[in-house]
Formats: sequence, C-alpha cells, structure tokens
Amino acid sequence: MEPKGKITKIVNGRILLDHKIVEDSYIWIQDGKIIDAFHSFFDNHQEPDTIIDAQGCIISPGYIDLQINGAFGYDFSEVDGPIEKLTQNIEFVAKGLLQFGCTSFCPTVVTSAPQVYSKVLPLLRHRPGNAQTGAEILGAHCEGPFISTAKKGAHDQTMIQSADDGIESLDRAYGPELLKGDTVRIMTVAPEITGILQVIPQLVQRNITVSLGHSAAKIDQAEAGVSAGATFMTHLFNAMNPFHQRDPGLVGILGASDLPAPKQPERHPLPSSTSPDGNRPDPRPFYGIICDGVHVHPNSVRIAYYSHPRGCVLVTDALAGAYLQPGIYQLGGRDVEVRGASGAYVKGTDTLAGSTVSIDHCVRNFKNFTRCTVVEALEAATLHPAQTLGIQDTKGTLNAGADADILFLNDDLEIQKVFVRGVQIELQ
Amino acid sequence: MRLVIRDDYDEVTNYVANYVKERIRQFNPTTENPFVIGLPTGSSPVSVYKVLVEMYKAGEINFENVVTFNMDEYVGLPRDHPESYHSFMWKNLFMHVNIKPENVHILDGNAPDLDEECKKFEAEIARVGGIELFLGGIGPDGHIAFNEPGSSLTSRTRVKTLAYETIIANARFFDGDVSKVPKLALTVGVATVMDAREVLVIITGAHKAIALANCIEGGVNHMWTVSAIQMHPKGLIVCDEDATLELHVKTVKYFKSIEHVHQSLIGPENLSLQGGVKQLRKVVVSSRSQTPLNGPYEE
Repeated sequence: MEPKGKITKIVNGRILLDHKIVEDSYIWIQDGKIIDAFHSFFDNHQEPDTIIDAQGCIISPGYIDLQINGAFGYDFSEVDGPIEKLTQNIEFVAKGLLQFGCTSFCPTVVTSAPQVYSKVLPLLRHRPGNAQTGAEILGAHCEGPFISTAKKGAHDQTMIQSADDGIESLDRAYGPELLKGDTVRIMTVAPEITGILQVIPQLVQRNITVSLGHSAAKIDQAEAGVSAGATFMTHLFNAMNPFHQRDPGLVGILGASDLPAPKQPERHPLPSSTSPDGNRPDPRPFYGIICDGVHVHPNSVRIAYYSHPRGCVLVTDALAGAYLQPGIYQLGGRDVEVRGASGAYVKGTDTLAGSTVSIDHCVRNFKNFTRCTVVEALEAATLHPAQTLGIQDTKGTLNAGADADILFLNDDLEIQKVFVRGVQIELQ
Repeated sequence: MRLVIRDDYDEVTNYVANYVKERIRQFNPTTENPFVIGLPTGSSPVSVYKVLVEMYKAGEINFENVVTFNMDEYVGLPRDHPESYHSFMWKNLFMHVNIKPENVHILDGNAPDLDEECKKFEAEIARVGGIELFLGGIGPDGHIAFNEPGSSLTSRTRVKTLAYETIIANARFFDGDVSKVPKLALTVGVATVMDAREVLVIITGAHKAIALANCIEGGVNHMWTVSAIQMHPKGLIVCDEDATLELHVKTVKYFKSIEHVHQSLIGPENLSLQGGVKQLRKVVVSSRSQTPLNGPYEE
C-alpha cells in the first residue's frame, strides 16, 4: 500500500452538504481530494495531521463559471502573438479568478474565424486546477459562429454561419479539436439556424453540452432544440427574443410542460416543485443567467428563478476588461468600452458586450434579487454548473470523492478563504 | 450498587456525561497509563455521546489518552454499512473528537475466524490493563450487550445468536424489515463487562422498568443478565423516574434518600466521585448563643 498523503480536517464550519447547511460535520482532505475519513480511521489508523478552524464560516464548493470571455485585460478569442504568450495570458486569468472564489471555468471563445479556433482551442483543453497555476480549465465554451445574425450582440457578423453541410460545417469551422473529448465542453448554437437541429445529437455524442442562445427562435423551435438534446441555455434573456405572451421564445422554455423525457437524464436538473414529475429529472434544460444587475433586471431574475429553481446556473460572461479600470478594450477583435461596474458596451453604442462582474458578486446579487436561501444561492454557482457538464461527482460538491476546491464564506457570502485541490491560496 | 435516579432522560444524559468527564479528569490519563473505557451503542448512549462531543468542543474533555472497547458488532454486515456499530461510533463520537485510531477497538464482524477475533479482543483488554469503566445499556429483556437471556454470567467475548425480541427491536434501523437485521453478533460476555473496575448502566424509559426491577430486586440469574451487577463491587445504575415504575416504593425511596443524606450530612467536599466517604461534614457547635448578631455561622 503506497503511503497516503497527510490528512487535513476542517472543523467548526457550516458545510453545504446534501442540499442543506450542516453544522456538526467536518471536511477531510487528502491528496487534493475530499475523503470519507471513516476508512482512513478504521482501515489505515490515520488521524488528521492538520486541523483548520473555519471559525463558523459557511463552507461551499468552489464556484464554477461556465461563461467567461476573458479578464484582467486578456481575451480568450484574441490570438495575436506566440503560443507561449497566449498560454501565459490564459494562466494569468486562471490565477486571478481564484481571488473571486472561481475554482473552475470554461474559457469562452466568441464567433471567430477558423484560424482563431485552430490556434486557441488546443490551449483551452481541460487542465486541472492548482494553487500555483490557477483555477481549473474545464474546457472551452464555443459561443458561435452558428448563431443568429439578428441576435449577434457584440459578435462579428461576417463570421456567423449556418450548418449547411451538417456536422462537417462545424468540423470545418472549429478544426480537429472539436473531435477531442476534453476540449470543447459547451457550444452555444441557435436552433433555428439551418442544419443545427440535426447536428445537436451528434454534438451530444461527442460529449459536448449543447446550449441554446444568441437566437431568435420562436417557442416551437426552442422546444425542438431541447428535444434534440440541448441541455443548457446561454445567458437567459440576453441575445434572444424578449418574452412575448403569445410566443415566449427561448425564455418560454422555462414554462414548457410537455417536453419529452430527457435523453441524458443525468444532465438535467433535479426535480423541483415546478417540475412535471417530482421523481424524475426535469425535462427542461439548465439556463445560464448573468446576475450583475445590468444584463438582467433583478425582477426578471426572480421570475426566471421561481419558475425553474433547480435549473439556474450563475455565469459572469465577463470580458477582458473585467477587473480593470474603465476604458476601451478588445473583445473578439472589436472595440468595447468598460463603464466601471456597470458592465461593458460595444464602443459608441448601448449594446451590451459583456460584463465586468465576478462570480462571487453574482452569488450575492442573486441571493438579494431572489431572496432565496444560502443553499440555493450557492448551488446555482456550484452544483448546477457541475451538473450541466456532468461532472458533479468531482466538482460543485463537498461529498467524498470531490476535488478539494473549497471556499470559506461569511454570512454575507463574502470570500474569506479559497482552497484549490486542498491547498489554500493567498487572497489579496 | 449505587442507583442514581433523575427526573428524565436529559438529566440522566447530563449526569452520565459529567460522570465520565470527571472520571477521566481525576484519573489523569497518560500515554503509559491511558483511561480504558467500555462503550455501548443504541438510543441511550447517543445523547451521552452528543454531550461528550460538546464538552470536547468546549475544551472540557480530552480523548488523547483514552482507549475504547466497544461492546459488540454485527456479524456479516459490511464495516461501512450505515447501521454497523463502526458507523454508529464514527458518526456519534469518533469523528468529532481527538481520539487516536489505534486506541479504538471494535469487534470485527467480518473476521475470517470469529472465535479468534473474540480471543484477540479479550487479550487486548488484558494487555492494556483491563477496563476502568464500562458503560452500558439494558435491553427490555434485561440483557447487557448481546448477552441474551440464558447467557452464562461467566461468559466472555463470543459469537451470539440474537433473540427474536432483539431482532424486532433492531428492525427499526433496517427499514422496519426483520429479514434485513443480522442474526449473529460478536459481543463481550457478562463476565467481560463485570471484570471492569466500574460498571455504569444507563436505564431510561418505562419500557425498561420491568427489566430494571428484575435486575436489582430479583436474584442474580441468567435470564436477566444485567443482574450480574449485584456481584460487582462498583456498580452504578443511572435511571430516570419512568424506569423506576416497577420497583418497590421502598427501593426508590432508599436510593433517593442516600443522595439527600450525602448532600446534607457529608457534603460534596467529603464525597469522592465513586461514592467513597471521607467523614461527616464538620458542624461547629458554638459556645455563643444563637442570636441574629452571632449568626448561625459555620466555622
């Protein structure tokens, strides 16, 4: 039996476990993982080597951000320069995100030319988190180019295309990385675009989470997208038709009542009081929502949440300008103006181009907007994004077997400590 | 035998937890001379363990040099089954406190040779110098550990077949399904418990009243195995009012009066934790007359 690593025990915390905050439990960490200390106690006669007193803090899994375009001045879609420089930039962002409690993320690449994808996607393959090198890269989120021109937002219209040749159009657009299982984790597509509905099942087979967004789909097309296998929605309310009483469009998915039984039940939300069947996974998909208070009005967040609580996934959609001073920055080759905390806009217009909010701020906002419980607010940034990618055994949870990405939070959900794979990082 | 009667379950729990805490503190255990304690499982000790954990968190008790021997474990149940006694002890006590894993002894119900396992357990108890204090509960049929009616009062650790009444009583932990309850268990013997230097039995609830009455007012007999405590020089039973319902009024009054006498005539300063009495309390007879100005002061 090879010698096992040292055990760290976290005591005196209020732990998010099994959809509850539990006070008389503890967390044991060994070799970067959360363990069930029962076995180390009885089988290996091992005691904790270090005890960390959480001093009453709330203990949460690390936050997971499924949509982030860049930060600290670096843009994932920007590929000018040598590979080494790009890799450095990515690592700089990954390190910086830890300060805000984000321990895993999907670097997002907006609508771009094939050369951009073939250069940057290999750099965004899954890479484990580490206290030295930063948050875990779960894989890329490819937002476009198979989206609607009418709902492009800040994307480059000239690169938007349709899937006339089915999956081959996609392989041509993204390059060979699309076939590798751990590179592209999420793809945002518009279901009304030619060829997309036929392509969705094939993407699902390649273990890609298909997300509906940047789309002018009517409710029928939207539901068809879900039936075809889409299990996520990209920033609900933004870059889609506004809710209309006779054609609720993509937003209307939250009110869908006769979607077919999910083909991948484990990638669908747990049932809630608004699910059609309380014993089966919800046939509706997860939905990302930006809670910076700018992209979506707080009342809209609350309406969405209470119609489909267990599907809610908090995303930042942060861009390169995030965490920088107000000014002009680049997003996917276009000029974007950062107006401080109130987000970023396409230069010279009032079209939102992305946010400047951090994920922990989203969690606090979300709790204030919806008046939900601490458990619900935390799960929207941990368990639900993990379920969206099907990684809830190792991420977004504090159960034994999970990676030890852990946050200590105070009662206002402000970050006190961050651990990546069991190692505490220094907060600035 | 001492019989300590308290009003209800919570008072019994607090008494027992405080007693254990004080016993360990006064013993002052070290690595060479640890405090060896025998532990039960079940609904009676659950609350005692809860209080002990609170005491540990408040810094009032330290398990670093405490060695434990559990009374029993099911045969054939996987060690990490939620209803195994390993799981019970982990969830209710060991995971919360600073006890060393090598100081914990629980019988292994999955050992390849069960008899050998029992012999090893007895040998280990002897090796650490015997058990200082054995805590236990009582079944409705008066059994201690799994020493069902009919068990020899001189028995040692061995494999036992569970009585039907015990299986029914335990079914509530196995989804109410008697077929899921293990039929065999490893258990310390009556004599193993009585070999401890002190035995403390916790008896609460009206459903234990008949058992308590038979064990202390009846003779020593193998149908009510807790009755063996009558032969122990340092037996202590802590019970609530409900458990005394089948005792003679005279018995209850006697044991209650002992505590009253101890308080007023002997005083806590002359009383040792395990019941020893140094002397009567000094009451000074003053030559001065008893007036308000002279007070009735004790000197």
